Amino acid sequence: MSTTLLRDEFDNPLLREYLLDGAFDEMFASDGAIRPHYEDLLRVLSSLPREELKRRKQSADVSFLMQGITFTVYGREEGTERIFPYDLVPRLVTSEDWDRIERGLTQRITALNLFLHDVYHDGKILAQGVIPREIVYSCQHFRRQMRGLQVPRNVYVAVAGTDLLRLNSGEFVVLEDNLRVPSGVSYMLTNRRVMKRTLPHLFRSYGVRPIEHYTQVLLSTLRSIAPEGRPEPTIVLLTPGVYNSAYFEHTFLARQMGIELVEGRDLVIHDNIVYMRTTAGLKRVDVIYRRVDDDFIDPLAYRSNSILGAAGLFNAYRAGNVTLANAFGTGVADDKALYAYVPAIIRYYLNEDPILNNVETYLMTEKSQRQHALENLDKLVVKAVGESGGYGMLIGPHSCAADREEFRRRIEAHPRNYIAQPTLDFSRSPCLQEDGSIEPRHVDLRPYILYGDKVTIVPGGLTRVALRKGSLVVNSSQGGGSKDTWVLS
Amino acid sequence: MLSRVADSLYWTSRYLERAEHTVRMVDINLGLMLDKSQVSVERRWQRVLAALGTPHDLEWNDDVYSLVYTLCFDGSQPASVTACIYGARENARQIREEISSEQWQRLNRLFHDISRLKPPSPSDTQLSEFLPALIDGVHLFQGVTDTTLSHGEGWQFLQVGRFLERASATAKLLDIYHRDVFSQADESVDAYEYLEWIGLLRTCTAFEAYCKVYTADLTYERIIEFLLLDPEFPHSIRYSIDRLHQSLDAIQSEGRGLHAAELMRVSGKLKASLAYAQIAEILAQDPGRYMRRILDQCRLIHDLIYEVYIQYSVQTALAM
Repeated sequence: MSTTLLRDEFDNPLLREYLLDGAFDEMFASDGAIRPHYEDLLRVLSSLPREELKRRKQSADVSFLMQGITFTVYGREEGTERIFPYDLVPRLVTSEDWDRIERGLTQRITALNLFLHDVYHDGKILAQGVIPREIVYSCQHFRRQMRGLQVPRNVYVAVAGTDLLRLNSGEFVVLEDNLRVPSGVSYMLTNRRVMKRTLPHLFRSYGVRPIEHYTQVLLSTLRSIAPEGRPEPTIVLLTPGVYNSAYFEHTFLARQMGIELVEGRDLVIHDNIVYMRTTAGLKRVDVIYRRVDDDFIDPLAYRSNSILGAAGLFNAYRAGNVTLANAFGTGVADDKALYAYVPAIIRYYLNEDPILNNVETYLMTEKSQRQHALENLDKLVVKAVGESGGYGMLIGPHSCAADREEFRRRIEAHPRNYIAQPTLDFSRSPCLQEDGSIEPRHVDLRPYILYGDKVTIVPGGLTRVALRKGSLVVNSSQGGGSKDTWVLS
Repeated sequence: MLSRVADSLYWTSRYLERAEHTVRMVDINLGLMLDKSQVSVERRWQRVLAALGTPHDLEWNDDVYSLVYTLCFDGSQPASVTACIYGARENARQIREEISSEQWQRLNRLFHDISRLKPPSPSDTQLSEFLPALIDGVHLFQGVTDTTLSHGEGWQFLQVGRFLERASATAKLLDIYHRDVFSQADESVDAYEYLEWIGLLRTCTAFEAYCKVYTADLTYERIIEFLLLDPEFPHSIRYSIDRLHQSLDAIQSEGRGLHAAELMRVSGKLKASLAYAQIAEILAQDPGRYMRRILDQCRLIHDLIYEVYIQYSVQTALAM
C-alpha cells in the first residue's frame, strides 16, 4: 500500500524516509508530484546543509527557552516547564483554502452565538424540536443562572479556537469548537516571530499574510462589548495564576494589549462593582477577558472552594456592571454531543448550508447509533463529552479488548457522556526530524476567531503536530508540537 | 499598578540583591582563607553566617566546601543563592507582562545558568569561575532594568527593594564586624588585620572607592565612616537610604491620597539622621546599637510599605 517513492524527488536525500500512502499529504499529491506552492520551500530546505538546518532548529529552541515560552507539565516535581516542541518547516495554506475556512468559521461562530442567545432566552430552537431539550439541559456546562441575562451586543463567544482537520479528499472539516477558554494563540504569534528570524528569505519570498494584528483586534473586540455607559472601559485579563499551563500565554497577551493581568485575589467586589487593588487604591474594572473556567470564577456562585475567582463576581456580572469574555455558559455550545447538531443550528438560524462540514458523529443517546457504535468499537474513536486535551478517549484501532469492554460498560451506563466518531485519517505535513531529514507527520489546524462588533479571523492559526511517527494525537499534553502556518496571498 | 505586582517587583530586586551579597561574601571569604590568618576557619565562617542573618538549619560542621556548597546551591535552604535567584525569578514570572522582555530573559538565563553550572559535589575548582559569573548575571539584570524599563512606578519599586535590602545587609555586616573584628583593634594595624579589613571593604565592593577618598591607609574609624555615611558610594548605608527615600517619594507622588505620611516620615527621618550624623559621635556611643537601630528602621519601613501599598484594608480604600 504505502510507498516512499517520489517521482522527481527520488534522489533527494532529505526525503529518503518520506512516506506517502492514502493520507492527504500537504506537500505531495497522491501521485508523488509536489504541490506547486511547496516547491520553493522544498528547494530552500534541500539547499541548506543538514547541519545548518539542525543549527537553526537549535537556535530557535534556545530562543524559546530563554524567552520563557514554556508550558507547565502537570504531575512532575522537576522540570515542570518545557518548551512547546516546535517544528521548523512551515505549513502552507493556499488563499483558496483559507477563503473557504474563513467563510465557514464566520458562519459557524455567528450561528453559535445566535444559538446561545436563544438557549438562554426564548429557547425557540428547542421548542420547535430542532434540538432535543435533553441534550442542552443535561449538558454539564449549561448554566441555568444565565437565563434571561442580557449580554452586551449578544456576544457570548468573543474568542473561539476551532479545530480543523483535513481529510483524505483534501476537504477541511471541523473537529471541535472551543468556545470556553481556547488557548494556544500565543504560540501562533511567537512561532511566527521565531520563524521570521530562522528562515527570513524564504518567508519574504512567499508573501505570507500577516497575523501580528491579532492582539490589537482582540483588544478592540473586548472594548466593543464593554457595559453601556463606560466609554473608556478598563479591560483586564483574569488568569488562574502562575501555575496554570497557559500562564505564559496570559502574560504575553496582557503585555501585547497593554492591559493588567489580574488574579482573583487582585479583585474586590463591592456593591456589585468590580475593582482591582492597585498601589493607588481601588480601580474599577469594566471588561474581564477571563482565562478561568466557569466553575472557578466565583466561589459564591459556583465551586465554593475555588481560590482562583473573586467572591461576588457573578452578581456584578448579572447586574450588568462588568462584561466577561467569554460569557458564562458558552460550554453548552461546544459540548461534544451538541456538536452533532451544529449543521442543523446553522441551517436554523442562518438558513444556509454549512460551508465547513462536521466529522460524522454517533450519538450514544440514540439507540440505533449506539448499537452501531458498540458493534464497531474497534474501528471508532470514543470521546467523553466533558473532556478535552485528548484525555478520556478510546482510539478503537489502537485499543485492547479490555479497554473496549471498559468503554462499552461506561457508554451503556452513561450514554449522554460519550460520542463516537470514525477513526479519521487526516492530513500530514512535512516535519524536520532529529537527524535532519524530513518526514510527514499528522497535523490539525486551529484558527482563532474574534467576534465583537465584527468577525475577525487572522489568516493563520496554530498548526499542531503529532510528533511521534504514526501518532494521531496532536495535544501538547500528549507529545504534540506545533509549527508556523503560512496563509499565502 | 496592581498591589500584587508592586509586591513582586519589590521582592524580585530584594532577592537579587541578597543573592549578589551572599555570593560576594562567600567569594571574598574563600579568598581570604588562602592567606595565613590569625582568624580560625571556624570563626571566619561563623562570622559569615552571622552576617547573613544566621540562617536556620545551617550550622558550621568543620567543612568549608560543604557549607559553601549549601550556601550557593541548596535550593531547599532559603538563604542560599539558588533559593534567592529562584525566588527572584518566581516573582518576576508572576509579573511577566510588567517587566521588559530583556529583563526577563536576563533573569531567566541566570536561573538556567545556576542549575546548569551547579557542580556535582562540593569542591573549590569550579566555584572561582562560577561565583563571579553570578554577580555578572545580577549586574546585567540591573543594567538591562535601567535601560529597558520605564523609570515609572514599577522601576521605583525595584529600587525600593534593592536599596532596602542593601542598607539592611550592610548594617548587619557592620554590626557583626564591629563585634568580631574591630572590638579588638588597637592603634597599630598588623598585616593580618589589614587583610580582614580589606575583606570587609571588598564585600561591599568598597576597597577601591575607599582608597580614592582616604588612600590605602585603613583605619577603623574611616572604614565605618565610609560604609555608613559616605554620600556618594552606592553601597554605603547613607547612599542606600537616600535612594530608598527618593523612590518612596516618587511612588507616593503618583499615589492618589493614600496614607503614605507615616512611611515618608520614618524614611525621611532615617535619611536625615544619617545625613547629619558624625562618626566620632557614633563611635563614642555604641556603634553596634546604632547599626541595629538602622536595621529596626528598615524593618519598620518594610512593614509600612505593605500597609500603605500592598495589604491595605478594603474599607479604608473605599472610604477615600
